[in-house]
Amino acid sequence: MKNTFADTWLLFKRSITHTFRSPEILVGITISPVMFVLLFRYVFGGAIDVGGTTYVNFLMAGIFVQTIAFGALTTAISLASDMEKGIVERFFTLPMSRSAILTGRTIADLLRNLFTIFVMIVVGVLVGYRPDGSLADWALALGLLLFFSFAISWVGALMALGIPNVEALQQISFIIILPLTFASSAFVQTSSMPAGLQAFADHQPVTQVVNAVRALTLEQPVGNSITASIAWCVGILIVALPLSAFVFKRVGSR
Amino acid sequence: MPDIAIHAEGLTKHFGETKAVDGVDLTVNTGTVTALLGPNGAGKTTTVRMLTTLLRPDGGHASVAGFDLAKQPNDVRTKIGLTGQDTAVDELLTGRENLEMIGRLARMEKAAVKPRANDLLARFDLADAADRPAGTYSGGMRRRLDLAASMIAEPDILFLDEPTTGLDPRSRLGMWELIEELVGRGTTVLLTTQYLDEADQLADEVVVIDHGRVIARGTSDELKDQVGGERLELKLTDASAVERAQSLIEGKNCEVVERDVDERTITAALTDGPKQIARLIDLLEEHDIEIDEVFVHRPTLDDVFLTLTGEHVEHADEDSLEETR
Repeated sequence: MKNTFADTWLLFKRSITHTFRSPEILVGITISPVMFVLLFRYVFGGAIDVGGTTYVNFLMAGIFVQTIAFGALTTAISLASDMEKGIVERFFTLPMSRSAILTGRTIADLLRNLFTIFVMIVVGVLVGYRPDGSLADWALALGLLLFFSFAISWVGALMALGIPNVEALQQISFIIILPLTFASSAFVQTSSMPAGLQAFADHQPVTQVVNAVRALTLEQPVGNSITASIAWCVGILIVALPLSAFVFKRVGSR
Repeated sequence: MPDIAIHAEGLTKHFGETKAVDGVDLTVNTGTVTALLGPNGAGKTTTVRMLTTLLRPDGGHASVAGFDLAKQPNDVRTKIGLTGQDTAVDELLTGRENLEMIGRLARMEKAAVKPRANDLLARFDLADAADRPAGTYSGGMRRRLDLAASMIAEPDILFLDEPTTGLDPRSRLGMWELIEELVGRGTTVLLTTQYLDEADQLADEVVVIDHGRVIARGTSDELKDQVGGERLELKLTDASAVERAQSLIEGKNCEVVERDVDERTITAALTDGPKQIARLIDLLEEHDIEIDEVFVHRPTLDDVFLTLTGEHVEHADEDSLEETR
């Protein structure tokens, strides 16, 4: 157990070092989210009426969740690239904790997402984001975002184990993540969508987390969105965590 | 350490229909170097991957460093180091960070890791590049860093999968020197190679493997005796002297394996090393036979295969299969 913690810490530090030395990841956690905030704020801001509040206030919860969902791609691609380059294999010849390879990375991704959220809040405020909500509401909202981030990065890890090829992985995860984030309440109210699409949008995890965070930070009624978000994250983790651990173990002992 | 570092019996691995490794027996004594010699796709890499706990054998059993491979894989891992065919270094970390991380993950004490990493960086000629990201290293430097990483925790047994494939001749010699130095310090080495001269240079014992089976084993001298060893080819100035030269050479109990009057060449099988070369040349000169050119042919893997199987080395496409593992 002591070894598992020590190894997780070592691989967490490795992921964090990678973040600072890799221009792609640095751009991914700073410039891209800022660009998304600005584009949506100014391109759609004038055209979309969300009723009751400004578009930028409405938008920010959506951008947070979208960025986190795409963050799962970073988890997936880094892990796939470690496998392609034989680094995971080298780890497998060491008497180390194998689960640390996955947990070290997902925890680092959690921290990375926290930083990105902070950057987006700052930029949001600069372009008119005026949230409400008590400190407790914000703490809960942030907690939900991080829980979602942790859950979704395990999905990323699982995908990398299933498709250990960086390019294929990029294509496939894009096809999954893009509809999940756009067919949701992230950027528009789902009531504007055709009935079938709306049914999907209303019942998928991105919408739940967006609704919960949005309601908490704009002092709107939260309904059951908090419970639903937590349920989704727990559900995702219950499936993805043991499944990744199982697949990873098999990868190492074919 | 037990006297026998690696002992395998009937080791088998199938990938679908392909019998990558088909019943390999292997015994490696502690402190010795054993070479697995064979062409691409012979099953060398698969054998190494099984012995290093990366692949689970379909059949047979093995013990490594006294631990049962199937039952105590984690104990095996505390005793081994592996340098694979493709270098596995973290390109974003510096050489030093790579070594320190692997050392810590291999359960070394923090205080012991730093001096050990320094020592290896100096010994492997990486001291100047130690604090640069490994992504900026040349191919040879990466290989050396990779080898250093597999040695950081001072493993008792080192597995080297084609340690010199893809290296230029100078780096290759450097790698040989490093391996020889390691062995001098008592490390047991199992290496794979496609080159007979490499096995000859480094290994105490050579195991020739083809289609997943061991087809010959012995010291490299024994193997070369089987193949016929080195050959001396002489190109004479005068074509009419070829026949006379042949009878002179055969008069010294030396087999003439080939002669070509038109090309003015005569080839003799060497059985007694360099001295014999000098003796044969002296012999011809004493009898006023002038020699234009002298060639010494060393047997290659292809010669070994030709002798052992009657077939040339086959370049099986199983190689691509192994690579995807």
